[in-house]
Amino acid sequence: MKHILTRFFGITFAVLLITGCNNSNSQSNGALGSSAAEKVYVAPGEQDDFYAFLSGGYSGNLTVYGLPSGRMFKEIPVFSQFPTSGYGYSEETKPLLNTSFGFVPWDDLHHPDISQTNGELDGRWIFVNGNNTPRIARIDLSTFETSEIIEVPNCAGNHSSSYVTENTEYVVAGTRFAVPVPQRDMSIKDKKGNFKGALTFYKVDPETGRMSLAFQVLMPGFDYDKAHPGRGNSHGWFFFTTYNTEEANTLLEVNASQNDKDFIAAVNWKKIEEFVANGGGTKMPTSYMHNVYDEETHTATSTTINEVLTVDPADVAGAIYFLPTPKSPHGCDVDPSGEYIVGSGKLSADVTVHSFTKMMDAIENEKFSADAYGIPVLDFEAINAGSVKSGGLGPLHTEFDANGNAYTTFFISSEVVKWKLGTWEVLDRKPTFYSVGHLMIPGGNSRKPFGKYVVAMNKITKDRYLPTGPELEHSAQLYDISGEKMELLSDFPTHGEPHYAAGCPAELLAPKSTKIYKLEENKHKYVTPTPGDARVERNGNEVHVYMAMIRSHFTPDNIEGIKVGDKVFFHITNHEQDFDVPHGFAMIGANNSEVLIMPGQTKTLTWEPKRVGVWPFYCTDFCSALHQEMQGYIRVSPSNSNIELSWSLGE
Amino acid sequence: MIIGALLPLALFLFPLWKITLEAPQYPTPLGMYIYINDFADANPHDIKNINIMNHYVGMKYIPEAIPEFKIFPIGIIITSIIGLIIGIWGNHKWFLAWFIMMVALSCAGLYDFYLWEHDYGNDLDPKAIMKFTNPDGTIMGFQPPLFGSKDILNFTAHSYPQLGAYFLGLGMLASFLAYFKGKKERKIEQ
Ligand SMILES: [Cu+2]
Repeated sequence: MKHILTRFFGITFAVLLITGCNNSNSQSNGALGSSAAEKVYVAPGEQDDFYAFLSGGYSGNLTVYGLPSGRMFKEIPVFSQFPTSGYGYSEETKPLLNTSFGFVPWDDLHHPDISQTNGELDGRWIFVNGNNTPRIARIDLSTFETSEIIEVPNCAGNHSSSYVTENTEYVVAGTRFAVPVPQRDMSIKDKKGNFKGALTFYKVDPETGRMSLAFQVLMPGFDYDKAHPGRGNSHGWFFFTTYNTEEANTLLEVNASQNDKDFIAAVNWKKIEEFVANGGGTKMPTSYMHNVYDEETHTATSTTINEVLTVDPADVAGAIYFLPTPKSPHGCDVDPSGEYIVGSGKLSADVTVHSFTKMMDAIENEKFSADAYGIPVLDFEAINAGSVKSGGLGPLHTEFDANGNAYTTFFISSEVVKWKLGTWEVLDRKPTFYSVGHLMIPGGNSRKPFGKYVVAMNKITKDRYLPTGPELEHSAQLYDISGEKMELLSDFPTHGEPHYAAGCPAELLAPKSTKIYKLEENKHKYVTPTPGDARVERNGNEVHVYMAMIRSHFTPDNIEGIKVGDKVFFHITNHEQDFDVPHGFAMIGANNSEVLIMPGQTKTLTWEPKRVGVWPFYCTDFCSALHQEMQGYIRVSPSNSNIELSWSLGE
Repeated sequence: MIIGALLPLALFLFPLWKITLEAPQYPTPLGMYIYINDFADANPHDIKNINIMNHYVGMKYIPEAIPEFKIFPIGIIITSIIGLIIGIWGNHKWFLAWFIMMVALSCAGLYDFYLWEHDYGNDLDPKAIMKFTNPDGTIMGFQPPLFGSKDILNFTAHSYPQLGAYFLGLGMLASFLAYFKGKKERKIEQ
């Protein structure tokens, strides 16, 4: 009897398992038909329709993907040392990571934003922020390399950054962790009323893209979380969400969640620009670094700046207002028309939308409900356009398509919700896997979105891929949004932790992508313009090796006369002038990375030989059929030896 | 006839010939234009990249200049001047003579081009990195075709005349037509 029972339960269980499996199979087949596969399939040799730039979060770098395939093309080193190319290790790129705190080889990269002209993506540069040691970087979208990094003084947690105005007049930096300004030794408990939240505006040179700190607004010590520019009618304004208007300094998860409403700060930067142009503002001593990479010298330089122009909001009447927004708003997104400012109260179910027209009307008619540190708080009812009764929980970020629809991510209920601007009606919702943070529609933060796809970038991966131990890459999902309903197309892993992303049509960037650097335009201080210029020079215990490389040899490849205790600088010029023929250089025992040198470029690797002997170096990039032969030797003699410097190739 | 004599001058503007090398690793093929007075890249740095490829099999670098670059332009100018003089003062028999002279000179030019190609493709560095032999044991050469297409190791080489050569051909054709026209008119006069 017992046997029969066991068998019966065994069979039942098996049946349940089988049907269970069948069910889930048929479900996933239903959700992901073959058409989804076709939509993301980019055949061998074909190219993607869109570029997507995903922030790498704590990787400190920016990754480049193709859509719809979800294939990763490149990791652009920005705030983190990158041994793959020698970024932050080579003498030329080390200055890019200089800060007023010294050399900081890492940061937390959050919000990429592509430069705009007339509110549309122009594809010249992409700006990204470093959250930890506040910085903004500019990446050139011809070379896809970091061109410039500027520090943000008086700031801590540069989170509401690095968004641009609609003609890239400014790129902004906002403080997430209010701090004493200027910094001083004081009790943490005395935070309230004594800390500041700086909102910094960097002017962007329209020709070169170079950033310069124009002014810094010293706001009350709230946490400035996210930002987006006005556009169209609201051009000239910038909107920043705040949380912790309680100004708590400890156990923020409780203490910063007490106010029913925090604010969106509306900043009329045009007014402040005018105020500053007329001599307004106060110059404050400070110290911050500005690092610029010169494409002709292939070298970055750092400059320290010792002054910042600060603006007290009280001095510029009518420039700043607070828009009350429920429940610690996170995302602050402006629709393509510039009329709606969407604030996502991350602890609520609803999405609050303010109207720019109503806001201007409320300002004109002084419909104020209170003031905070002298800044008028507008009456909520007077400015509110509506709210989206989403049915979800934990709204974070919103992007837009070109047809008047908005797409909001919900972290807690793990979904993307599509809704209609103006009617606030929910049109569709799709789950994400799992707990989505940002989302991105190419051009979805501009006047002209390309509403074909939305990428949802999730914070939790769990079981989406084959397990790889406790640490997992994050997961992204791609949805087709060209129809009435969103359609989940694919999953792909992302590198680091993507926060925001930016995307644009491939044709905006692909045709102008740099193929090689012209050797004849190389103005590096230590360039070796022809193999005949290759040489080794000694200056005390510093040795400069002027080296050339081309398939498949180094000039010179035998060097003698180096001594223990020397500091050897290999200045290596890649003489190739063909697309996609980099060479690498690696030296045994160097306390350093390799350097990967692009055609026409010069990079410098520093090596301090410690042991007597004959030591090899080689090319790390499989450049040609004779790549394995691309190697050389250096003789290292004792420090007291008197062997003359000599160098040769092929003798 | 005058048109016929002037058309070859287009050789100073347009290339005479083009050699193209296709390979899987070169989605944009490498190419070299041959002008009567110059070798030119089809795309920037092509000649440099052809040289880098060819040094593996011991081929010489494509020279910056060859003696022909001095001789050919002078030849073209002289023949054009002769053609012009004939066109203005000469009769149809002279037209034929000019045509025959041009055919002869063009053949000589082509032969010269063939010789250069042969030398370029076969006079290999004995220390070549990679040496290939033909099935019969002789050393493999890498001469590009004089005209047409040919597979050479991983490359497919194409060699075809360009606009300049067409103008030259057209000029010669024009002189030949002028000869017939002149001959006919002569008959009618008689
Ligand atoms: Cu190499």
